[in-house]
Amino acid sequence: MSVQVQSSAQGALCACGTDEERAYAQIANVMDLYRDKEGSLIQVLHLAQGIYGHLPLELQKFISKGMRIPLAEVSGVVSFYSFFSTEPRGEHTIRVCLGTACYVRGGKRVVEALREKLGIDLNQTTGDGLFTLEVARCIGACGLAPAMMIDDTVYKQVNVNKLDAILGEFKLAEGGAAA
Amino acid sequence: MINLTINGQACQADEGVNILEAARQNHITIPSLCYLRGIHAVGACRICMVEVEGSRVPMAACLTPVREGMAVLTNTQKLREYRKVLFELMLSDHSMDCLSCKRNQNCEFQALGRQLGVETSRFPGKRSEYHVDSSVAITRDMSKCILCRRCVTACGNIQQACVLGAQNRGFDTEISPAMELPIGEVNCAYCGQCTVVCPVGALKETDATAEVWKAIDAPSKRTVVQVAPAVRVAIGEAFGLEPGARVTGKLAAALRRLGFDDIFDTNFTADLTIIEEGTELLGRVKAALTGGEATLPMITSCSPGWIKFVEHAYPEQLDHLSTCKSPHTMLGALAKSFYADSIRVKPEDMYVVSVMPCTAKKFEISRNEMQNDGNMNVDAVLTTRELAEMIKTAGIDFNALPDEDFDNPLGLSTGAADIFGLTGGVMEAALRTVYELVTGRELPFENLHVTPIVGLDQVKEAALTITDPLPGYAFLNGVEVKVAVTSGLAGARKLMEQVAKGESPYHFIEVMGCPGGCITGGGQPRSQDPDVRVKRQRGLYTEDEQKTLRKSHENPFITKLYEDFLGQANGHKSHELLHTHYVPRGEFNELR
Repeated sequence: MSVQVQSSAQGALCACGTDEERAYAQIANVMDLYRDKEGSLIQVLHLAQGIYGHLPLELQKFISKGMRIPLAEVSGVVSFYSFFSTEPRGEHTIRVCLGTACYVRGGKRVVEALREKLGIDLNQTTGDGLFTLEVARCIGACGLAPAMMIDDTVYKQVNVNKLDAILGEFKLAEGGAAA
Repeated sequence: MINLTINGQACQADEGVNILEAARQNHITIPSLCYLRGIHAVGACRICMVEVEGSRVPMAACLTPVREGMAVLTNTQKLREYRKVLFELMLSDHSMDCLSCKRNQNCEFQALGRQLGVETSRFPGKRSEYHVDSSVAITRDMSKCILCRRCVTACGNIQQACVLGAQNRGFDTEISPAMELPIGEVNCAYCGQCTVVCPVGALKETDATAEVWKAIDAPSKRTVVQVAPAVRVAIGEAFGLEPGARVTGKLAAALRRLGFDDIFDTNFTADLTIIEEGTELLGRVKAALTGGEATLPMITSCSPGWIKFVEHAYPEQLDHLSTCKSPHTMLGALAKSFYADSIRVKPEDMYVVSVMPCTAKKFEISRNEMQNDGNMNVDAVLTTRELAEMIKTAGIDFNALPDEDFDNPLGLSTGAADIFGLTGGVMEAALRTVYELVTGRELPFENLHVTPIVGLDQVKEAALTITDPLPGYAFLNGVEVKVAVTSGLAGARKLMEQVAKGESPYHFIEVMGCPGGCITGGGQPRSQDPDVRVKRQRGLYTEDEQKTLRKSHENPFITKLYEDFLGQANGHKSHELLHTHYVPRGEFNELR
C-alpha cells in the first residue's frame, strides 16, 4: 500500500491522481461530514467500504486519524461486524442464508456446494475476483427458504442443482463485458 | 445513608455505591472477577450476580446502585449454581497449564474457583487457538485471557493510550491491538498498567529472570545490580508486609545473597540526574531570558513509558524533553566506564541488572541510544515482581534478613533521590537543589516538601518567585518560575496539548507515565489494597525525611564523581555518558 496517511484537509483538496488517491479524498469528505457527530463511526466505515471496496489497515488508520478515534476501536468495530471486510472483495457477494428456516431446509448443503464449485472457503474471494462467499444469519426471507443473495438480489428455494445456472448468468455477464 | 437488606440482614450503605460495595461495607463478600473498585465496573463476567427483590433476572452487583428499601440476596442455591456454570464456561476456553503458569497461586481466576467451590469442568469443547505475543517488555498469552476487559479500561480510560481493544466477535473475540497486530509493532508505551490489572496470566512482563540467573552463575561476569526508589516500599508486599513497608536494608541484603557482585542504588544516579537536569534547566531558562534560543518548558525524561508515549503522540515536540538519560541507564553507563575502570574489569565482562517498578524500562535498555562503545548501559531489567520471585526461588527468608547497606561508590543517596519514585518527587528534588543553587538559601517550604505538588492529583502546579539571587543568576531576579507535575499518560496528554499549541505557561514539567508515579508502576506487585498508592507514597516520603542529607547536591559521592571523573555538569563526559536523544515514532509507529 503506497498511500500515506494524510490529513483530511489535504485529501479533500485533491481531486486528481490515481483511483486510490481519489477514493481517499472522497472518504476524507465523508469524514468532514460526520466528524463531530457522536456514534457515526459505523456510518463512515460503511461509506468508506462502499468507496474503497474494503477496509485495509492503512485505510483504518486514515479513518482513525480523521475521526479522532483510536485505531484499536476502529479495528474493533470493523472486525465485529461481518459486513465489513479488510480483504479485497469480489465483484459480487454471495450471501447464503443460514438462519433457522434456511438451515433446516438445506442452506448448509448450498454452502458446501458453492465452496466446491467456486474453489474457495467462506469469506474468501475467487481468483478471478468475481465472487466473495459469505453466510448470513437470516435475511428475512424465511418463506423462500433456503434463500441466498447475490449482491442485492434474493434467490429463493435454492438447491444444489440450480447453482450452475445462477452463477452462469454472472459469468456470462462478466465475459460479455470483457468482450 | 441508604437502608437495605442483604440476605435478610438490615444494612446501611453510602448513597450511590453499587451493591458489591454496599455488601463490602457490611462485611459481606459477593464473589466477583472483572470488577475493580473505582476503575472497572462493566459487568463483563457476571460472576457478581445477585437476586434483587422485584427483579425477574439476577443483576450484576457491580453495575446496580443501591436504593432505599432494596432487598438483595447474594447467596442462594440458584446464584451458587449460576456462578459455577459461568466459571466453568470461562474455564472451557482457558489454557489449563495452571501449575506452570506465572500466576499460579496468585491468580484471581484460580482463587475464584476455590471460592465458588468448583470441582467440575463440565464443558469440554472447542478452544481458541492463539500464539504467544512477546515484545521486549510485555508478553501477551491470550489463551489465558478471560475477556474481563480490565486491561482495555486501564489502557483506554485510565492511560488514554487506547492500544488495546476487543477485536472480532463472539467466540473469536480477542483483546489485542488493532487488527491483532503484535504489541511490539504498535504505539504501546509499555507502561504495563495492563499487566497490573490482569487477573490471570494473560498479560505479564517479558521474563528476564532466566538471563539474570545465567549471568549470576557465570564466573566470568561481574554482576552489578541496582534498585529503583519505588521498589523499596513495595517489594515487602510479596513477602506479606503492608504496602509502603520500607525494606531498603533487607533488599540490599537479599541482592547480596542472590549472588550479585556489586549492590548499587539507582538513587545515587537520581541525585546525579538532579545535578545534570537542574544544570540543563538553568541553561535553558538563562538562554530564554537573555535573548537566546531555548525550548521551554523543559520536561523530565526519567520515565521510559512517558518517553515512548510522547515519541508516538507528539513526535514534533521532542526538543522539550530533557536530554538526561533515566537514572538507571546513567548508573549503567557509569558502572561500565568509571567503576569498571577502577576495578579493572572490561565493560563487556560486566553485566548490569536494574530492578525497576517498571515494564517500559525493559524496552528502554534495548534502545540504540542506551549504549556506549557498543555496550548496553544496562543488560537486563527485572520488575519488582520478578525480583520477589527470584528471592523466593533462592530460598531466602526475606523478612528475617538483616538490614545491610548498598555498596559505594554508586550506592549512597540523599532523601531527594527517594522521592523520585512518586509523582511530584523529581520536581521537588530538582527545586531543592536549583533554588539553593540560585539563591544560596534553602527552599522555603516546611520540611522541604513543595506542598502544591504533593499528592495524587492528575495535574498539579506550583509557582515560585525568585528574589535576591546570587550574582551569577541575576537574570532570574523577580522571575516567577512556573512548574507543573503530572502522572499517567492521560495527564501527560493534557499538558502536551498545551505544549503543542505553544500555550504552555510552564518552565519545567515533570511527567511520570503511571498514575501516582513509579510507586504504582507496571512492574510493581499487584495489590488488592485500595490505599496502596497512599501507603507506598508515605513510605517514600518517610524514607526521604529520615535521611540526614536530603538535597542531591549534598551527596559527597556525587561531588567526588565530578572531581574524579565527570569534570563538570553537562560537560563533555556527561554528554557522552549521561545524555541522550529521542526518536520520532508517529501515532501508528509509522515513522520508524
